[in-house]
Amino acid sequence: MRARARIAHLADKDSFSEEAAELRSEDPLGFFDLRPYPERLAEAELATGLGEAMVIGSASIGGTACELAVMDFAFMGGSMGSAVGEKFSRACDNSAERGVSLVSVAASGGARMQEGILSLMQLPKTVCAVEDLHEAGCAFISVLTHPATAGVLASFASLGDVLIAEPKALMSFAGPRVVQQTTREKLPDDFGLAEQNLRFGHIDMIVPRPELPPTLARLLRLFDDAE
Amino acid sequence: MPSEAELRLRERLAKLRGTRLLGGTGLSAELDRLQRQLDRIAAEPTDEEIWRSVELARHQERPYTLDYVDRLLIDWVELHGDRAQADDCAIVAGIGRFAGSTVALIGQQKGRDIKERTKRNFGMAYPEGYRKALRVMQLADRHGFPLISLVDTPGAYPGVTAEQHGQGGSIARSQAAMVRLNVPTVACVIGEGGSGGAIAIAVADRVLMQEHAIYSVISPEGCAAILWRDAAEARKAAAAFKPDAAHCLELGVIDEIVPEPPAGAHADYDAAARLLGHSLSEALEELEGIPPDELRKRRRARYRSLGVYA
Repeated sequence: MRARARIAHLADKDSFSEEAAELRSEDPLGFFDLRPYPERLAEAELATGLGEAMVIGSASIGGTACELAVMDFAFMGGSMGSAVGEKFSRACDNSAERGVSLVSVAASGGARMQEGILSLMQLPKTVCAVEDLHEAGCAFISVLTHPATAGVLASFASLGDVLIAEPKALMSFAGPRVVQQTTREKLPDDFGLAEQNLRFGHIDMIVPRPELPPTLARLLRLFDDAE
Repeated sequence: MPSEAELRLRERLAKLRGTRLLGGTGLSAELDRLQRQLDRIAAEPTDEEIWRSVELARHQERPYTLDYVDRLLIDWVELHGDRAQADDCAIVAGIGRFAGSTVALIGQQKGRDIKERTKRNFGMAYPEGYRKALRVMQLADRHGFPLISLVDTPGAYPGVTAEQHGQGGSIARSQAAMVRLNVPTVACVIGEGGSGGAIAIAVADRVLMQEHAIYSVISPEGCAAILWRDAAEARKAAAAFKPDAAHCLELGVIDEIVPEPPAGAHADYDAAARLLGHSLSEALEELEGIPPDELRKRRRARYRSLGVYA
């Protein structure tokens, strides 16, 4: 599900107000694979109408104010580079400032290779932002959608007070192909899926898409009461 | 003509010089260190030099964590197990005496022969390994021991059981635990700093990197397989994403490059250990006396500042 559609689905009508929309990735390494990185960025922006793979802003869900951070897989596989890390980081600060809960919706294949080691640094960066948010006493609800793998799973997306996944969402640290190639094991049918993660105790619940807004609304009300 | 790396480092140096001297010694020590580092990267590494580091970082005779523990710590006591499920030998953890005080040390450990490589799983940890590291971090925190972390892994293990045991979540929680520690922490990449498996134990107050270590978001082969659709293009990939120490320093990801003996750390374990020991104790000295709240605040601010965007 695309980020704008997701926000329209989750947020109360006309409640969403976008923040940090102007943030863009830069090209710290002058990265060139088969094509230059800035060209890929420009193409992604044209194709998606988004400046980056994450959209953040204030909103309300079921009448409770919150902050939203929603990823879009269509923008370079939802990969997490410096701009995504910074947007998530600001979403945490905005939540803390307004004393509201943060809801993130992860849809990402992992870190953005074109930014090299700086993309890896977005893992601890987002982890630190969550720590600051928690220290401010705000709740963080993390929704994992298909796919939420590698870098995001190994950072902020796993650190919610409550972890919710959509049915059949792939949420593995290593992708099925990499695991297959490395281990030559036969993978179980539910390898890395939300259902497996629920069985092994890594998430709180699996919620089908139509149930997501009321589920989030209930949780937000409960956390709001505590604050 | 100064390299771009040099210019950026000079810029950081100028900024620090402009900062009002608040704490006194800590800041001036950082100035000295930056100046020394600046001297080290007089020229940007060539593609060939980057690849040489990739080869040296993975050299089968390169000293591993326990080789340094043997040479740098006295009264070392290794601790085992994650208190839940297993003892993952890809990560070693324990306490010992370093430069006169008790420290806790964690690190990935590779094997030297087939038998040990299998036992150590080539330095690729399961969630159990990160949980072992985590409980020793917490032990350090309880007793006020500084934490040293030595990073050397191709990556966290990509396997069915590792996923079932929550690989992604354990890496996230290990980082979160390091962010919360009230004790001074120093990490050093001593070989391969492979992606999530590395950062899981590398979130520290001071991050060092040996001259020929590499630190990257993906292996050169992995990156080549995805972007070039051919793992054989690993050299090109490495030249593009620049996992070498000089570039990591330039990007602000590490604070210091630890020199190695001229032919590389594998050529002289004792000399490599002396150089590493010197940098580690210097880093811990710089952190001494900083109140816990301040340590945690600076640590978070440091990581939250990483990234390049417009």
